[in-house]
Amino acid sequence: MNSSPDYDLECRNVCKTFGPIRAVDDVSFEIPSGSFFSILGPSGCGKTTLMRMIAGFEDPSSGDIQIKGRSVVAVPPNRRNVKMVFQHLALFPMMNVYENIAYGLRCNGVGKAEIGRRVNDVLERIALPDVGEREIHQLSGGQKQRIAIARCMVLDPDVLLLDEPLGALDLKLREAMKIELKLLQHQFNTTFVYITHDQSEALVMSDHVAVMNQGRFEQIGTPQQLYHNPASAFVAGFVGDANRWAGRVVDVDADYVRVEMDAGLVATAAVGAGQSLRPGDPVEVFVRPEFIRAERTGGAPEAGGDTLAGVVDSLLFNGANSRVLVRSDRSELIEADVTLTGGPDDLKPGEAVRLSWSADQAKCFAAGADKP
Amino acid sequence: MTQKDIRRLSLILLFAPFALWIVLLIVLPHIGMGVIALREKVAPRVYEFGFGNFIDFAQEPIYWNTLLRTGSMSLLVTALALVIGFPIAYYIAKIAGRRSRGALFLICLIPLWVSDLIRAFGWILLLRETGVISSTLQAIGLIDGPVEMLYNDVTVVVGLVYTVILFMIVPLVSTLDGMDNAMIEAGYNLGGSGLTVLRRIIIPYAMPGIVAGCIIVFMLTAGSYLTPILLGGKYSSWFTETIYEQFITRYNWEAGAAFGFLLLIFTSAVVWIGLRLSGQTLAATVAKS
Repeated sequence: MNSSPDYDLECRNVCKTFGPIRAVDDVSFEIPSGSFFSILGPSGCGKTTLMRMIAGFEDPSSGDIQIKGRSVVAVPPNRRNVKMVFQHLALFPMMNVYENIAYGLRCNGVGKAEIGRRVNDVLERIALPDVGEREIHQLSGGQKQRIAIARCMVLDPDVLLLDEPLGALDLKLREAMKIELKLLQHQFNTTFVYITHDQSEALVMSDHVAVMNQGRFEQIGTPQQLYHNPASAFVAGFVGDANRWAGRVVDVDADYVRVEMDAGLVATAAVGAGQSLRPGDPVEVFVRPEFIRAERTGGAPEAGGDTLAGVVDSLLFNGANSRVLVRSDRSELIEADVTLTGGPDDLKPGEAVRLSWSADQAKCFAAGADKP
Repeated sequence: MTQKDIRRLSLILLFAPFALWIVLLIVLPHIGMGVIALREKVAPRVYEFGFGNFIDFAQEPIYWNTLLRTGSMSLLVTALALVIGFPIAYYIAKIAGRRSRGALFLICLIPLWVSDLIRAFGWILLLRETGVISSTLQAIGLIDGPVEMLYNDVTVVVGLVYTVILFMIVPLVSTLDGMDNAMIEAGYNLGGSGLTVLRRIIIPYAMPGIVAGCIIVFMLTAGSYLTPILLGGKYSSWFTETIYEQFITRYNWEAGAAFGFLLLIFTSAVVWIGLRLSGQTLAATVAKS
C-alpha cells in the first residue's frame, strides 16, 4: 500500500513562506522507524515552523509530508497520528493527571474500562503509577514532563514530536531528563522527532541529527558525523566548540590547504567536505579545543602538525572539561582542553606553552557562505 | 515621630476614603433601610416593629410575580449576553492580531461614552411606530401599516443585552487572553474535534471569567431601571419599578425599603446558586478575571 514502509516520517521539498520570508526552504528528509531524530538549529531558523507543519498547525506552501507512506498534507491536525509535546507542555490545568491522559482516548471514543486500563498502564511505564488523582500544579517539573509524554504515548502515535520540552527545566534536571527521554524512546520504540537549539541535547539523545539554518538543512547525519565531519562552516561552528580563524588560502595540495590566517599564522588544514578551494580564497579554519595539545615549551612537536607558541592567559576550570586560554605571540586567544588534576604539574597563568594539533583536525571551509 | 508612626498614619490616610465610602454609602443606607423596612405603620405617624412589610409582599402575588419575572428575564439576558459575548471575546483574545485587538476593544467601549438615557432613546428612535425600521419596511412595501416594536418583552431583553454585553466581554477577554494557545493546539493534536476542544478545554479554562461576567451582568440587569422603563413602558413590570413606585408614588418608604432588601436577597441567592452549580468560588472568580 505504500512505497517506503520503513520510514515513519518523510518530508519532500517542503517549503513555507510567510509573505516575503522563507521560513522553511526546500527541506527533504526521511526518518527510519523507531529512531530518535533531532532537528538542531539556532532560534528563528524555521525548526518550529517545520514541526508545526508536521503536526498540521501550518500548511506547507509546497512539498509533501508523509507519515507511514501516506501524505497527510490534507489531513486536519486532529486526524493525524502525530502527537506533540509542547514547549511549555500545555497540560490542561483544569483536569487532573488521569483526565489529562484519558483526554485523547476519550476523543477517540475508547470505552471506559479500556481507558482505565491504558492510562494505568502508561503511568506504570513512565514509573509514576500513583499520580493519577493528582492535580497538575502538584507535580514537579520532571513529573510534568513525563505526564506530557505519557499523554501522547497512550495514543500509540506513529511519530512523537517534542518541541524543546527541556527548556524550562533547571540544569541538573535537564541532564537527567536527557537520559530518561532516550530510555523512554527505547522503551516505547516510537519515532521521536526532537527540536532543540541545544547541541548537547541533540548529540546525547539522537540517532540522527539534522542541522538547520535559515530554513534549510545544512547536514543530516549521526552525532559523530556532524561533530567530526561537518559539511559546512555553519555546522562546524554550531555543533560543539571550536576555535575559529579567518584566513586566506596560499597553497592547495590534494585534500590539504596551506592557510595564512589574518593574524599572521600559517597552518595546514584539511579541506572540509564538499569544498573546492583555490589559492587566494577567503576561508575559515575550525580547530576543536580537545584536539589542541598545550604543553610547556621544551618537548618535541607532534609530527605533521602545526605548532604555535603562546602564554597561558587564564585557566577555565570546569572539572573534566577544563580549558586554558592561551594568548599567542600574535595576541589572539586560543582555547585548548587540558587536564587539571590540582597537582603541581598543572599549567598556570603566565607560563609559556606550545600549542600543537594535527592538520587532519583543522577543518577549512570557504568563508562568508553562512554565518550562524 | 517614629518610622512606625509614619507608616501607621499613611495607612490610615490611604484607608480613610475607602472606609468612608463603605460606611457612608453602603453600610449606613442599608442600616437605615433595614430599620425602615422593619417598621409597620399601624396608624398615621405611629409605627411598630414587625415583619408586616415582608408579609404583605408574600401575600400579594403581583409583587412576587414581578420579582420572579425580573429574575427570570435577567437570567435570560445573562444567558444571551454570554452566548453572544463569548464568540466576540474569543475573537478579540485569540483570533484577532495583536494590533487589531486594541482597536476592537476600543470599539466595544464606544457605547459606554454615551449615557444610558441616550442609548435607550436610540432604540426608541429605531423601534417606535414612526421609527426608522417601521417606516423603512413600509417604504419597501413589506408591511402595510406602521408597526409598534416598543413596549414588549423582546425589546426589553434586546435593549438590556445591548446595555450589559460589554461587562460580559471584558472579563472573558482577560481570562481567554491568559490562556496559552498551545493548550488549544494540544486539544486538537490529541484528537479532539472543534466541539470537544471548546467543551472540554476552552470553556472549563474560561469558567472563572464566565462566572464573573455572568454575576456582573445579572446584578446589573436585575437592578436596572432606565432601560426596562423606557423600552418596556408602563407594563414592563420590572421589580425596580415596583420599588420606585412604593418610594415615590405611594410614599410608602416602609414597603419600598422591604422590597429593596428582598431584591438584594433574591439576587444574592441566585448568584450563590449559580456559583454552587458551576463549582466556582467567589474568591477564585474575582482573582482570576
